[in-house]
Amino acid sequence: MVNIPYEPPMEVNTNQISKFISKISIPWTITIGYLTIILLVPMAALILKSSTLGFGKFWEIATSDVAISAYQVTFITAIFAGLINGLMGTLLAWVLVRYDFPGRKIFDAMIDIPFALPTAVAGLVLATVYSPTGWIGQFFTPFGIKIAFSQLGVFVAMLFISLPFVVRTLQPVLQEMERETEEASWALGATDWQTFRLVILPPLIPPILTGVALGFSRAVGEYGSIVVIASNIPFQDLIAPVLVFQRLEEYDYVGATVIGAVLLLISLVLLLVINFLQKWGSNYAEN
Amino acid sequence: MQKIKSVETWLIIVALAYLALILIIPAISVFYEAFHKGVQPFFEAIQTREFTVAVELTVIIALIAVPLNTVFGLCAAWVIARNNFKGKTFLVSLIDLPFSISPVVAGLMIVLLYGRNGWFGPFLESIDAKIVFALPGMTLATIFVTFPFVAREVIPVLEEVGTEQEEAARTLGASDWQIFWRVTLPSIRWGLLYGVLLTNARAMGEFGAVAVVSGSIIGQTATLPIFVELAYKNYQTEAAFSAAVVLGLLGALTLIFKEILERKTKIKEV
Amino acid sequence: MSIIVDNVSKSFGSFQALKDIHLEVKPNTLVALLGPSGSGKSTLLRTIAGLENPDQGRIVINGKDTTGVDIRKRNIGFVFQHYALFKHLTIRENIAFGLRIRKSSEAHIKERVTELLNLIQLEGLGNRYPSQLSGGQRQRVALARALAVQPEVLLLDEPFGALDAKVRKELRAWLRRLHDDVHITSVFVTHDQEEAMEVADEIVVMSNGKIEQIGSPAEIYDNPASPFVIKFIGEVNILPSHAPLFTNNNHFGEEIFVRPHELDILLEDDGNSSRAVVKRIIHLGWEIQAELAVDSWELTAHLTREKFDRLQLRHNQTVYIKPSRVKSFREDSVAV
Repeated sequence: MVNIPYEPPMEVNTNQISKFISKISIPWTITIGYLTIILLVPMAALILKSSTLGFGKFWEIATSDVAISAYQVTFITAIFAGLINGLMGTLLAWVLVRYDFPGRKIFDAMIDIPFALPTAVAGLVLATVYSPTGWIGQFFTPFGIKIAFSQLGVFVAMLFISLPFVVRTLQPVLQEMERETEEASWALGATDWQTFRLVILPPLIPPILTGVALGFSRAVGEYGSIVVIASNIPFQDLIAPVLVFQRLEEYDYVGATVIGAVLLLISLVLLLVINFLQKWGSNYAEN
Repeated sequence: MQKIKSVETWLIIVALAYLALILIIPAISVFYEAFHKGVQPFFEAIQTREFTVAVELTVIIALIAVPLNTVFGLCAAWVIARNNFKGKTFLVSLIDLPFSISPVVAGLMIVLLYGRNGWFGPFLESIDAKIVFALPGMTLATIFVTFPFVAREVIPVLEEVGTEQEEAARTLGASDWQIFWRVTLPSIRWGLLYGVLLTNARAMGEFGAVAVVSGSIIGQTATLPIFVELAYKNYQTEAAFSAAVVLGLLGALTLIFKEILERKTKIKEV
Repeated sequence: MSIIVDNVSKSFGSFQALKDIHLEVKPNTLVALLGPSGSGKSTLLRTIAGLENPDQGRIVINGKDTTGVDIRKRNIGFVFQHYALFKHLTIRENIAFGLRIRKSSEAHIKERVTELLNLIQLEGLGNRYPSQLSGGQRQRVALARALAVQPEVLLLDEPFGALDAKVRKELRAWLRRLHDDVHITSVFVTHDQEEAMEVADEIVVMSNGKIEQIGSPAEIYDNPASPFVIKFIGEVNILPSHAPLFTNNNHFGEEIFVRPHELDILLEDDGNSSRAVVKRIIHLGWEIQAELAVDSWELTAHLTREKFDRLQLRHNQTVYIKPSRVKSFREDSVAV
């Protein structure tokens, strides 16, 4: 990593070369050095610490009942949130790009609220609005549905934080899509539904999946909003990141490390998936 | 024609209803909850010592993390946009990594490194330095979760600007430093500002990573987001919402500046 | 299959794009809609296609009134300027699209697509994606896709507008040959007069939402119907009618028009010519362009190489010019 690939330009005397190196090396040094201190060494600490446990012990903690239940709550909720946002995010992107209505620009800007509003505040307001007596929660209380302080609360928080991803990955693709291809499809006799299914939707699948995966990845790692809106009871609505936090609070560093390492591994896998989806999406693009 | 119009209307209604339910109503409720009993409770809450400490801590951490990450982001963007080398894609993914890692895991890493039982724990204890459960650790955690923003926003701008102007300046006799200040920086300034804006918003709002390393002692190591949670869990709803509204305003300002910068640069990114 | 555009008008907000257009396209001809941008030619084409609905008037295709009929039911082939190929489908699948919509049998689709790939000379490229083709190839695929469903009429919107000059020239010669083979009633939009002249049987010159003239390429060039047409088609010298040249001619209106190749250069005054000074000589290869000054007016003359060599023109030489044909228009735009 620290090796700087460098090809000296031809016909340059050594003085110029050293000048060139000194110029090139400042940004390189800062980039590599900073990444090492801030990112690589801490990651190494986590990985090495968990590897000292030995596989048996690691596996035992990683697959303990409470951990398994926490993964389940995290992933199942995140998958549902991803699916709903895949659908609603696509609809929102479509509506924002294709239709004109009063306040469109403001609604568009509001999509970014989850990026701008700190997660603790998001958790606080969601817990309030979706509490049994809250603005929205009160309409669910008569049906015996409790949102805040349950797995449904986790679900709502995940919907909140992952909503922008689908919308924002889809918008540029929708904007670049030529209206002419739809007209071409009509000219060839396709109905509106056929046009949507055969012409509009297929190029949108990769960006939609990319957005869903980005949102899912964010939801799986989310802590701030969920810790506030959930009751964080094991086997009920306890998610994996909160479990890591609880282990640390109990000074159970080993437990925290193992579950943390599992989460890290999952996020790396998700990163690979996202990269693959983005490559797939760029296949249709013009060069 | 009529049928198409009504389908359009329904799609807009459904989309906006969802947006309202998930984003807009909750966002508005911050301001309602903070002020529905008048401004008096708010001003009382923000004058407490705990609150002042939280604000100070949040600002100090941002003041350290944002400039450091800006310098790093500029360097990394230059390395990636202006050089061709093996492993470039890898470096880009590496820089993006903090966005995929759970903030709690990020905090955990710092504890494992600088905590009492961590790699550097014994050494730090011997020189009587405290990183975890103190300002340095919280700053490190903040830096970790926010360092990709600047590089991410500047790389595409730098690539788009190209090298022609820099080469032109070089032929006119400008030094590297002069080129940076007079040519490169002005042409990337909006993208850079956009990155700095996002860095700052996340730095001031970060909760999970900082909470892990802070020990969360109100009045000592609680930043504003931690203050929100602690106050809420202690049933001090008014204090919680007073802090939340300050962060909410920060978020609103961020969105407004973001919109302005997006118009200037025409970038819209996740 | 004929197309009749019957008194069609169309506005976008306060902008009137088409003003009372009447046009008849004879069966099996290739017609060009020619005009500058904003002249309404694309709107007219899109109205014929049914992509736009006229505010008033009728579109009759093959004897049937299709006004208000959805484009899907008109059986029209439409080719877009920017190809509008489906990027996620291969070339074969792009061409097959319309047939699949019509639920043709697989065997028929396969046969037809192969036939069309041969027609557009892209036999080996059927399994590629549009992004792997050049602009000219993409436009040919777009044409094949439109032809696959055997439309009654073919409409092309600036079909060569996005291509570079050389490919453009090749493609339009190809389109002409294709039309001679397929004989489908076709209308294409262009702003390039040379393209219209070369490809079309008949040219419709449009400006400001109105038809200025309809005629064969030769008619349009030799007998332009209005000052707009003479200015838009080919090069022309424009002089105010009070200019003291050619005073022995009868002319009308405020301007008189002389084509550069219809301006004769003499070395001696024949009593019917005007004195001029050669200001600049430009060699265009196969012909010579001479820029001449008559008092304060400047005129351009085109002469053959042969003639130029005979006259041995030089810079600042004094010569005598005599138009072989002068054109002027009455106020009501009737050519004289």
